Amino acid sequence: MVKNMNLKKLIAVILFAPSLVFAAGDHIKLDKAPIDLKDEASLQRGARHFVNYCLNCHNASFMRFNRLRDIGLTDQQIIDNLVFTGVKVGDLMKVAMDPKDSKAWFGAAPPELSLIARSRASEAGSGADWLYSYLRSFYRDAERPTGWNNTVFPNVGMPHVLWELQGEQVMAERKVQGPGFEKTEQVLKLDKPGKMSPVEYDQMVADLVNYLVFMAEPARSSRTTIGIFVLFALSLLFILAYALKKEYWKDVH
Amino acid sequence: MASAPKEPVQFSGAGPLNAPISGVLTWVDQRFPLMSLWRDHLSQYYAPKNFNFWYFFGSLAMLVLVIQIVTGIFLVMHYKPSAAEAFASVEYIMRDVPAGWFIRYMHSTGASAFFIVIYLHMFRGLMYGSYRQPRELIWIFGMLIYLCLMAEAFFGYLLPWGQMSFWGAQVIINLFDALPLIGPDLSTWIRGDFVISDATLNRFFAFHVIAIPLVLLGLVAAHIMALHEVGSNNPDGVEIKQHKDAKGIPLDGIPFHPYYTVKDIVGVVVFLFLFFGVVFFMPEMGGYFLEFNNFIPADALKTPPHIAPVWYFTPYYSILRAITEDFMLVLAIGVAAYSLLIWLTARNQLVKMAALAIGFVVIVLMKGGPLAIEAKVWGVAMMGAATLIFFLLPWLDRSPVKSIRYKGPRFKAALTIFVIVFLVLGYYGTQTVTPAGTVISQIGTLIYFSFFLLMPWYSAMDKTKPVPDRVTM
Repeated sequence: MVKNMNLKKLIAVILFAPSLVFAAGDHIKLDKAPIDLKDEASLQRGARHFVNYCLNCHNASFMRFNRLRDIGLTDQQIIDNLVFTGVKVGDLMKVAMDPKDSKAWFGAAPPELSLIARSRASEAGSGADWLYSYLRSFYRDAERPTGWNNTVFPNVGMPHVLWELQGEQVMAERKVQGPGFEKTEQVLKLDKPGKMSPVEYDQMVADLVNYLVFMAEPARSSRTTIGIFVLFALSLLFILAYALKKEYWKDVH
Repeated sequence: MASAPKEPVQFSGAGPLNAPISGVLTWVDQRFPLMSLWRDHLSQYYAPKNFNFWYFFGSLAMLVLVIQIVTGIFLVMHYKPSAAEAFASVEYIMRDVPAGWFIRYMHSTGASAFFIVIYLHMFRGLMYGSYRQPRELIWIFGMLIYLCLMAEAFFGYLLPWGQMSFWGAQVIINLFDALPLIGPDLSTWIRGDFVISDATLNRFFAFHVIAIPLVLLGLVAAHIMALHEVGSNNPDGVEIKQHKDAKGIPLDGIPFHPYYTVKDIVGVVVFLFLFFGVVFFMPEMGGYFLEFNNFIPADALKTPPHIAPVWYFTPYYSILRAITEDFMLVLAIGVAAYSLLIWLTARNQLVKMAALAIGFVVIVLMKGGPLAIEAKVWGVAMMGAATLIFFLLPWLDRSPVKSIRYKGPRFKAALTIFVIVFLVLGYYGTQTVTPAGTVISQIGTLIYFSFFLLMPWYSAMDKTKPVPDRVTM
């Protein structure tokens, strides 16, 4: 029965989950991140995952805890659920880890995450797409010091922090029908399942990335809302301006 | 400025408020030429009545200048010009300053909008011969404005202190390193340090917020004063001042105010619609207005894999990169051919000899073995020449007509190809170097310079159409 469950999960991985297929020299294909900044529940779950899993090593030193009011939380809720280090609700999200220590432990200081969803954008996809793909692409690699490698960010210094949830992926080979002949592709395969099913894990990463997108630009939602009003007002102004011009110019021949 | 005789202000209405207003105006007018300025530049400045779409961009450039100055003032209230604090202070503006993100996006979008508007304004000048006699000085002031604008954008781009700010400035300042003898000392002097640092940021800040804007405003005033002295050109390229009525008003002219003020308001509204469309919905413009790498704080130890200037510099950046050691032979042959062309066609003996002598010196400096200057320096020189060559346009264009409407197929083809080449060079300037990209940039560079340098011949040979006496609507 247990074996059967594993098999089901494995099939699920192959069917639904990241088909991060890559061959040497090819560009990494990023999965489209299901971002919805209007989904406050998702943003709140993402914020919780962020302080639980990311904020131990990574700074978000441009982001204040109380900015989380924008995603529907009160100051009290923020203090009770999301602030662990005794800082004030108006403080920036900083970690106590000394950058020198982290450099010694991981080979590089963990990057600052306030803007990661903007800085990771490229021609391959948005920053959210990159993060969503990256966090689902860790695999076991005995040759790396941490024991982990990543297909989106090869030889990354960060170990797979979320491995308990996702389980352990390994690199496997898969035969696919190419044009005319069969090709071998390398593909990620779930070797040991974690606490979450692949679908649950994808949803969890989606929430986390959703939050990272919010944190990279907290004003984004209000920006687009105000923008609609501004463009509407300008459209009305255009009608007036055009009528005024017509009126003045009717005697110019 | 034609100084009109000072007349007492006349008001047609007889409302109760008119008397005091008229009194105040008279009081001011006896002490300051308020009404005569108003008349000379607006209510009695007669502009041709046949301005088309392309004539919106002058007033739009003024609008963008105002947007940049006003948003700039508010940004400076919160920005910290220090290497340790600059990046964080920009994020502080984006997150903690009320409507700070709005001010910042207006400023960053305004920078790109300024160049879009100015490029279209310049293209208008190219099409309708607005640089031709008697408007050479308007064109020269305009070109100086364009150079100031490039300096302003370059200095401003360092201020957010992101990775692209840092490394973009690094690439450009290192160009001075290439100059013979003084190069390394010169680039150190510009930076104020051996690397881009706090000292560099501080001086760039000084140039961006005060030095260049002062010059820019002065030049804009000179540009408009020169324009209002000779009068505006128009899509037909005919001089409206040649046909005046009994009162001395051009028959084809209409007062700038109210006719063009109300027309420009329509242009302003359409422009703002597009401008705010970017500000509110796509402030990064796919990485072209705000580069993705610039959301990472500057790091002197981490060179980004791909350093590209912002889009408005990329045509010139392409020309810089096109000048490789292999390309010097082609350039030298080009210079030889051009000297020969002048020698064969010039009538003045002195010009003939000068063309050969200068051509010979340039070729020796390009390809003359031990005397040759390295390609990198030529790249910098060609990049500079590509911007400066616009200044010569009034004297390069030998066509008997001004406007493209009456010019022949040769000029039309040349201008079309030039615009395409400018865009292609711009595109390749954003990309990483590839062999094919380099060859295309090299061909583009040759065409870019040919457009200007061959203009005296092809514009004079062209079959032009007869120009009408009066403007057409």
